[in-house]
Amino acid sequence: MNRFDYVRAGTVAEAIQAFQADPKARFIAGGTNLVDLMKYDVERPERLIDITRLPLTAIDAHEGGLRVGALVTNAAAAYDPRVRERYPILANAILAGASAQLRNAASTGGNLNQRTRCYYFYDTATPCNKREPGSGCSAVGGVNRIHAIFGTSEYCIATHPSDMCVALAALEATVQVSGPEGERSIAFADYHRLPGDDPAKDNTLQPGEIVVSVDLPENGFATNYTYLKLRDRLSYAFALVSVAAVLDLDGDSVKTVRFALGGVAHKPWRNRDAEAFLQGKPATRESFRAAADLVVAEAVPQSENGFKVELARRAIVRGLEQAAAGTPQSLSDKRIQ
Amino acid sequence: MATASGSARPATTFDITLTINGETRKIAVAPWTTLLDLLRERLDLTGTKKGCDHGQCGACTVLVDGMRVNSCLVLAVMKDGAEITTVEGLAGLAHQKGTNTLHPIQEAFVEHDAFQCGYCTPGQLCSSVGLMNEGHAKSRDEIREAMSGNICRCGAYTNIVDAIQDVMQEAGR
Repeated sequence: MNRFDYVRAGTVAEAIQAFQADPKARFIAGGTNLVDLMKYDVERPERLIDITRLPLTAIDAHEGGLRVGALVTNAAAAYDPRVRERYPILANAILAGASAQLRNAASTGGNLNQRTRCYYFYDTATPCNKREPGSGCSAVGGVNRIHAIFGTSEYCIATHPSDMCVALAALEATVQVSGPEGERSIAFADYHRLPGDDPAKDNTLQPGEIVVSVDLPENGFATNYTYLKLRDRLSYAFALVSVAAVLDLDGDSVKTVRFALGGVAHKPWRNRDAEAFLQGKPATRESFRAAADLVVAEAVPQSENGFKVELARRAIVRGLEQAAAGTPQSLSDKRIQ
Repeated sequence: MATASGSARPATTFDITLTINGETRKIAVAPWTTLLDLLRERLDLTGTKKGCDHGQCGACTVLVDGMRVNSCLVLAVMKDGAEITTVEGLAGLAHQKGTNTLHPIQEAFVEHDAFQCGYCTPGQLCSSVGLMNEGHAKSRDEIREAMSGNICRCGAYTNIVDAIQDVMQEAGR
């Protein structure tokens, strides 16, 4: 780890001021991603601004939904009785990710801001446009079994590894941020970005801005939901493909549906056309297959991850079936029903 | 706001206070010192092990304010004021303070042969205590899932789960 200076902020305003005084500084909260990257010399901040003492640790009722403070740990969010009751897809997605130790340390804001990444991003001996803009992408044509199949560019094919964010995408949460220019709200779909020709940027947060809360809308789809995660081992592994699916049914037909995929893109991946296609359709395997076909029609696999296309197609169908049946994927019994 | 230094040159150390296994200590730390390195290299508390040093193996698990975390990913300076429990402190936890008796989970690990080489064991023990503090895992499958952040390359997993279940059942009686 490089040597760096350290300041501890007590308020959001102090943290932003500290950044303005030193724009090369980095904010740190749980540190589970940043400290790890610093150990690999991928991140070499000159100064860390410790934001863990900021008063952003509460979960409060907000506009019919819930406001989850940016410093609420992943564990605290997942086990909050209101989250479990009203937003079980969020609780399940969080608990499908990382380990208990990491979830106890990692923050809500940090989960959003963890780096979109791959092996090559970590390996400073190889070119990587995300780590070193302009150096090239080692994953294109390299070892890319775990990489993206949607929204890629020739510059970057890394995936955002969060499970929580996939559920937040399906729930259409809102991200509240505060920065030198004041406060603003960002729709979840607009928070993370695709790599394009500038993969160094994972999200649309501006320099000096801090996530202050993630706001959950009123409808938590607590009856018809699932978070289905498929991975190389049954626990503590990133998703090869995951699906967060939420539904409102009108009898046997689909009234509202949203589904997001994890492990397949630079950000949680949604396909609005496929969702719109399902509206009013019978909630059957046939409908779900047709919707899944619409999604995977846009897939562009790499040399080693072609399997993800079929895996995604089947995961979408299974996820929508689980949600429609009101039988969400169990977190401890990993058999897929 | 606490600041390191008025100059561009990083301050070398910060004075922090940690209560470690019941003992409150004032310690000067460089900001890049992880809690794991502080415990092992400065405070001679070598029970906590360094495995992967990247939060993937769980060998460095300790309790910070009662919550299990990977001490390798914690900057010590950020935990100013916290209470830390390491494997050395488990035997002295509240119910048995002042005695040399092992913590029930330690006794259960012996009873169930829940280790072979022992390198992961301090982390497994602290993680087990953290799991029981959390109180969410009840069934065998839930315990297995909640312990997935602790790798045991000798493969003592089934006996570790037996030991945890044993202590949980004893506590529930």
